[in-house]
Amino acid sequence: MDYFLELFFGGLTRGSIYALIALGYTMVYGIIGLINFAHGEVLMIGALVSWTFTTAMAGSGMPGWVLLLLSVPLAVLVCCALNFSIEKIAYRPLRSAPRLSPLITAIGMSLLLQTLAMIIWKPNPKPFPTLLPPDPIDLGGPVITITQCLILGLTVVILSALMWLVNRTKLGRAMRATAENPRVAGLMGVKPDFVISATFVIGAALAAVAGIMWAANYGTVQHTMGFLPGLKAFTAAVLGGIGNLAGAVVGALVLGLVEALGAGYLGELTGGVFGSHYADVFAFATLILVLTLRPQGLLGERVADRA
Amino acid sequence: MTQPVLLKVSALKVAYGGIQAVKGATFEVRQGELVSLIGANGAGKTTTLKAVTGLQPVAGGEVEYLGQSIKGRGAWDLVKQGLVMVPEGRGCFTRMTITENLLMGAYVRDDNEIEADIEKVFAIFPRLKERRDQLSGTMSGGEQQMLAMGRALMARPKVLLLDEPSMGLSPIMVDKIFEVVHDIHQRGTTVLLVEQNASRALELADRGYVMESGEVTMSGPARQLLDDPKVKAAYLGE
Repeated sequence: MDYFLELFFGGLTRGSIYALIALGYTMVYGIIGLINFAHGEVLMIGALVSWTFTTAMAGSGMPGWVLLLLSVPLAVLVCCALNFSIEKIAYRPLRSAPRLSPLITAIGMSLLLQTLAMIIWKPNPKPFPTLLPPDPIDLGGPVITITQCLILGLTVVILSALMWLVNRTKLGRAMRATAENPRVAGLMGVKPDFVISATFVIGAALAAVAGIMWAANYGTVQHTMGFLPGLKAFTAAVLGGIGNLAGAVVGALVLGLVEALGAGYLGELTGGVFGSHYADVFAFATLILVLTLRPQGLLGERVADRA
Repeated sequence: MTQPVLLKVSALKVAYGGIQAVKGATFEVRQGELVSLIGANGAGKTTTLKAVTGLQPVAGGEVEYLGQSIKGRGAWDLVKQGLVMVPEGRGCFTRMTITENLLMGAYVRDDNEIEADIEKVFAIFPRLKERRDQLSGTMSGGEQQMLAMGRALMARPKVLLLDEPSMGLSPIMVDKIFEVVHDIHQRGTTVLLVEQNASRALELADRGYVMESGEVTMSGPARQLLDDPKVKAAYLGE
């Protein structure tokens, strides 16, 4: 039971990070129908900005948690500016182009950002400083780290804020209206460029936070670190039903738990033939299974291809 | 006619790909008027409205609103100046509640009378009030038309463009919708009504224009058009 709970908390943590990233994918898809493959790289930049800041300030005598906290707004700011520019420079000119063009541009943007990050930060993996007390909290059996607690708590706060923004504010209404019918939203006075930029900026802020969480939880940063969480979060978004915000969160949590529990019990179940490094197999097998049985995703609606 | 011209369309041309959907539309709407633009399906009425509100590019001619050319301006920009359209097929945001749809209508406003205006819309359409927290996608076509019109009123239009408001509705609902159009006009809103239902549209209107194959072919006081033998034969089924 304790082992199960430990795996469960690990999966929940992983799933929370996926959720923050998946929301960026799904919001952008909901508004302009683009799979923004450069989204994982935004996360990587966020983590590297945080790493630069915290290592540079390591000698300042400030406690680790303060440094980590200070690095969040900085990374968010950089990532928001970056994603705003990416949309404006790379995607906006292609808005009325065939769908494949922005998609390929997104892949190109992903490679460009990775390469630029490699040049700026060098290719070697860098240890992310341990900024929070590493002692695990003992829950009378199962063990959870302070970092994990923080990730879970912060995710709840961020998700609540996002739900409030989307459901209760004027900007949120405009985003939902544009996602459903951009022409009619225009007739209401909504400027499409503004809403699209806002969506990219919000997605970038979530990705930046997710990047820092990833780095703090797994301990290393490097220019390729965005690829796997990006791909997994994209999987989560598709799993939940792309374009659906609640779906992205549900898909991400399911994916995180499946990975953690699958990896944790795989060795036992197969008598040691497969090890825990097969976690990714579980993630993608889940995706294939869901897409076969329920192509619109867990919470998605059945819609005709919008292309 | 001493009232100023609010909307003036001259020799408007609109093309879809290689097809000229509108070949020469000329009309004007003066302050306080209810003007009807009638014509058969495919005559170019909706395309004309789309070009006026910036949803479709203008290929030739001129569109002036409040004395200024608005060619090439986006729809979102014109709403701020009071040129508001209720699109064909209503265009309600089906995944939003009635109240949220009405708030979207007031998107360009930031005054503190929005809540009061929502109550005014509810006074015109009591049915909407009953269902204020319901998703608009769950409502009937007639109710969605009411919502679309209420939503447009939320922007406090100077000129309200209505595209086929009676299309696809039951006879009772058509009566209600035309009653409301009349009411909105009586309260001082200038209205351009685009309709296939020529008799009803002309009965309400001050003036009318007839569109055929992408051109405005007839115009005049609405009473006069109603009595015109050609209009009677072609559009009134007499």
